[in-house]
Amino acid sequence: MVEWSENERSIISNIFSNLDYNDVGPKALVRCLVVYPWTQRYFSSFGNLYNAEAISTNPKVAAHGIKVLHGLDRALKNLDNIKATYAELSVLHSEKLHVDPDNFKLLSDCLTIVIAGKLGSAFTPEVQATFQKFLAVVVSALGKQYH
Amino acid sequence: MQHFKGHFLLLLEARTGNSICQVLFSQHYTERDRTSATMLSNKEKDLIKEIWERLTPVAAEIGADALLRMFASYPGTKTYFSHLDISPNSSHLLSHGKKIVLAIAEGAQDISQLTVTLAPLQTLHAYQLRVDPRNFKLLSHSMLVSLACYLGDEFTPVAHAAMDKYLSAFAAVLAEKYR
Repeated sequence: MVEWSENERSIISNIFSNLDYNDVGPKALVRCLVVYPWTQRYFSSFGNLYNAEAISTNPKVAAHGIKVLHGLDRALKNLDNIKATYAELSVLHSEKLHVDPDNFKLLSDCLTIVIAGKLGSAFTPEVQATFQKFLAVVVSALGKQYH
Repeated sequence: MQHFKGHFLLLLEARTGNSICQVLFSQHYTERDRTSATMLSNKEKDLIKEIWERLTPVAAEIGADALLRMFASYPGTKTYFSHLDISPNSSHLLSHGKKIVLAIAEGAQDISQLTVTLAPLQTLHAYQLRVDPRNFKLLSHSMLVSLACYLGDEFTPVAHAAMDKYLSAFAAVLAEKYR
């Protein structure tokens, strides 16, 4: 079972309460598709992903980025039971979407960097470590049902 | 054309395992240059060079920040620094951070010469420091976060991609003499 201190809980909830999902979600997904282009393999139905410019103005990418970010809300609301909370989503990603679980880490790294860019020096090493711990637990839960 | 030739010969080598092909291949690219030469476009190399030139005056600040982030997120990395004071703002931390950033910036001046530029550091890391190369990835990630914090919106997805590739190439070259 993952343990969360009071400090960690408040750090995580602060990050999300100040987050503009409609901005950060798209930015994180765009960054992932640009920095790790092989991740585009899961989005062949999204249309024009030919270059960074096209990706960053693609409305389907933006919409999906928002959706994915809201997916993190579940973890936020169920910090003490993330594994069970994501069981269904894990099955979805494995059996329907066929996403290589290594990709979860790539997206989570991009999200970290987008948030770092927004918060600047407020994204201290301690805040970063806590946020990365949170994302690592989510990533692990999403990979749990693969077999 | 050169690029295509190199690629074709690489395929040939992979298929036949023929050492003659390997010799031909190395006439067009040296094995050492292949990593950085083919991974980065000229535009990306210019972008990387420009960013590190701008960060050189704040090398100590950026380097110390990256190190602190790495120590906080990956406590195992602290084991390599038991002989130093790595508390925030310590002189050890600042001078060490500066050293690292300046080495990265120097490499960025001429990425195609990375193996030559890093030769002394290759030896140092392989024979003396013997830092497990998996840690290079951890520092690279921490460095990217420092850059994002420092540069904000300027650290665009394209800049991030280029920087990630450069730091990967840098780490790969650094580990070349390990075994």
